[in-house]
Amino acid sequence: MADIINFTIDGKECVAEKGTLILQAAQENDIYIPTLCNYEGVKPQGSCRICTIKTNGQFVTACTTPVADGMEIENNTEEINDLRKSIIELLFVEGNHFCPACEMSGDCELQALAYRFQMMVPRFTFQFPKREIDARNPKILMDSNRCIRCKRCIRAIKDEKERSIFAFHGRGRNIEVHIDPDLGSKLTDELAERSVTICPVGAILPREKGFRTPIGQRKFDHEPIGSEYKY
Amino acid sequence: MSKKITIEPLTRVEGHGKVTVHLDDNNNVTQTRLHIVEFRGFERFIQGRPYWEAPVLVQRLCGICPVSHHLAAAKAMDVIVGAGTGDGLTPVAEKMRRLMHYGQVFQSHVLHFFHLVSPDLLFGINANPTIRNIIGVAMEHKDLAVQGVMMRKFGQEIIKATAGKKIHGTGAIPGGINKNLSIEERDHFLKGKDPLNVDKMIEWSLGAIEFFKNYQSKNSELIDNMAAFPSNHLSLVRKDGAMDLYHGVIRAVDANGKKILHDVDPQDYLDYIGEEVKSWTYMKFPFLTEYGKDKGWYRVGPLARLNTVDFIPSPLAQKEFEIYKAYTKGKPNNMSMHTHWARLIEVLHSAEMMKKLLNDPDLQNDNLETKGNKVYEGIGLLEAPRGTLFHHYRINDQDLIEMANLIVSTTNNNTPMNKAVEMVAKEQMNGHTIITEPMMNAVEVAIRAYDPCLSCATHALGKMPLEISLYNRNNQLIDRKRK
Ligand code: SF4
Ligand code: FES
Repeated sequence: MADIINFTIDGKECVAEKGTLILQAAQENDIYIPTLCNYEGVKPQGSCRICTIKTNGQFVTACTTPVADGMEIENNTEEINDLRKSIIELLFVEGNHFCPACEMSGDCELQALAYRFQMMVPRFTFQFPKREIDARNPKILMDSNRCIRCKRCIRAIKDEKERSIFAFHGRGRNIEVHIDPDLGSKLTDELAERSVTICPVGAILPREKGFRTPIGQRKFDHEPIGSEYKY
Repeated sequence: MSKKITIEPLTRVEGHGKVTVHLDDNNNVTQTRLHIVEFRGFERFIQGRPYWEAPVLVQRLCGICPVSHHLAAAKAMDVIVGAGTGDGLTPVAEKMRRLMHYGQVFQSHVLHFFHLVSPDLLFGINANPTIRNIIGVAMEHKDLAVQGVMMRKFGQEIIKATAGKKIHGTGAIPGGINKNLSIEERDHFLKGKDPLNVDKMIEWSLGAIEFFKNYQSKNSELIDNMAAFPSNHLSLVRKDGAMDLYHGVIRAVDANGKKILHDVDPQDYLDYIGEEVKSWTYMKFPFLTEYGKDKGWYRVGPLARLNTVDFIPSPLAQKEFEIYKAYTKGKPNNMSMHTHWARLIEVLHSAEMMKKLLNDPDLQNDNLETKGNKVYEGIGLLEAPRGTLFHHYRINDQDLIEMANLIVSTTNNNTPMNKAVEMVAKEQMNGHTIITEPMMNAVEVAIRAYDPCLSCATHALGKMPLEISLYNRNNQLIDRKRK
């Protein structure tokens, strides 16, 4: 029998199996912690920091840190939520996110987080980077204006030899996700579809399919992201 | 010494513009110009974007009639995806789009008439601007104000049911539509609690026409003469000559009713229509190439449409059309202020068409989309509330837009609006060196007849300050008045 440990999140008594990551443990206790770079079934990497929580005076990422017995976790607090909001704002100013014309509007996790954390106007200066669409692949388009470099595509979309079809290109603030020129042709219909689904924003677009879901039937039209959790 | 007078900004036109009036040494008006901020930015903005984004992206250039841009772009994209040039959509797709469009024309025309024009009619164009606005109407003519609000709401709800949102929805997609109309949605409009049902809308539309006719018969001097001038008129008409605001062939008539553009295919518009660029404004001046820049300009919008069509294919509007036509003995109507009358007949027509469509079981069909062989260029035209709207796109072999050309209704009316301003300015300002409030009001009212969407700025219900600047020949400011 696995070891069961006790911990609290915002004062609420919780239990989990020893070794569980804080994010998963919270979810099992019906508590929402926001995520962006994390994707179920893909090894967590803790890069976006949106899942930051506080324990023992330290900020840690819930998607990579295991829960410990007796842990007292702060999650839904003003301080942490403002931190999360500032991360969302940074992502907005760093790219070109023109939601009104984006076909992923209503299905986009970044947009949904901005609504949930009530972002009005970012407190940071817009960067307006110059980026182009890459539409060379016959199945998908890459719009790096909207890419938040979460690497979900790179980590999850692989060919039969486990080689990543997407890859980072360039350095620093100019880094972009590209489709590997040699492996791009390996993108099957299923992989193409999965890459569109796995991208949290509108950076990977299916060809000629946009705007098929009417407003009112999109993922986040009626309830904020995370509404499946009670707390 | 010549003087230049600038009037800005206009109140109660959608957005803002400014008018300059040039006087000669004898204080006679030598030249007037209406300066308008134009939308060229969007044609650049859309370059490099996937073509299916166009209907959603370009509608952002207007907050008042976005549906027109949404649908014109979608029509152009229909061509690109091989769904034909107006006849290739499935019945539900075509009819949902039409319903969206009539809802749009209805609400836009209603907004214009009740909110922007009725204050001029009810209080007189020289009434104090603090009363001469929709709030004034609400205080003194409550029924009318309520009708205006409820009719607009009805139109907007139709838009929401077809496009997903009241403003900037997504309904039309290349080759079709993304939803049909549920029975519940339909019944909401057909059997809704008074006043929000289509029968009430028809009744109130008729009432608005009566109101205008009554006003016109008592004020025919003003309504018939103000900014009246002969011109050509252009619009889409259905192949049989009927009014069709969503699709048709391009027809133009001259000031006497002679056909000068013979029902040509919109896909060939470039063979017939040119655009002149002038140094003093970003807005182009379209004209019929066969007649040249000086003689080929034309009016678009409700006045033009009622001059080009042979009949209106809905019974009540047709009856009103006959009364309207009888006033000019069947000849084209060239009186700018009669645009209001024409607009209200279109309000009625839109209401009747909405009723007809709502009763059509095709709207519950599931076959939403058509696709054929892709081509790289597409043109979409429709009759927006303010007149003929042209969208033209070319894409590359990666589905990205390479070129976009939009001729918006207000651009089509550029020369006529300048003409209207010139007429009023000459009438009111010759021999004067000071601009009085009645002069400014007259200029504004003449422009407002064309319901120009000058930019997407909002108007401030008559509270927006007017500024008049007076310049001498050397462009030195010699006087400035504000109110
Ligand atoms: S393309 Fe999408 S999934 Fe890939 S890194 Fe960018 S945002 Fe993440
Ligand atoms: S979700 Fe944990 S760091 Fe991104």
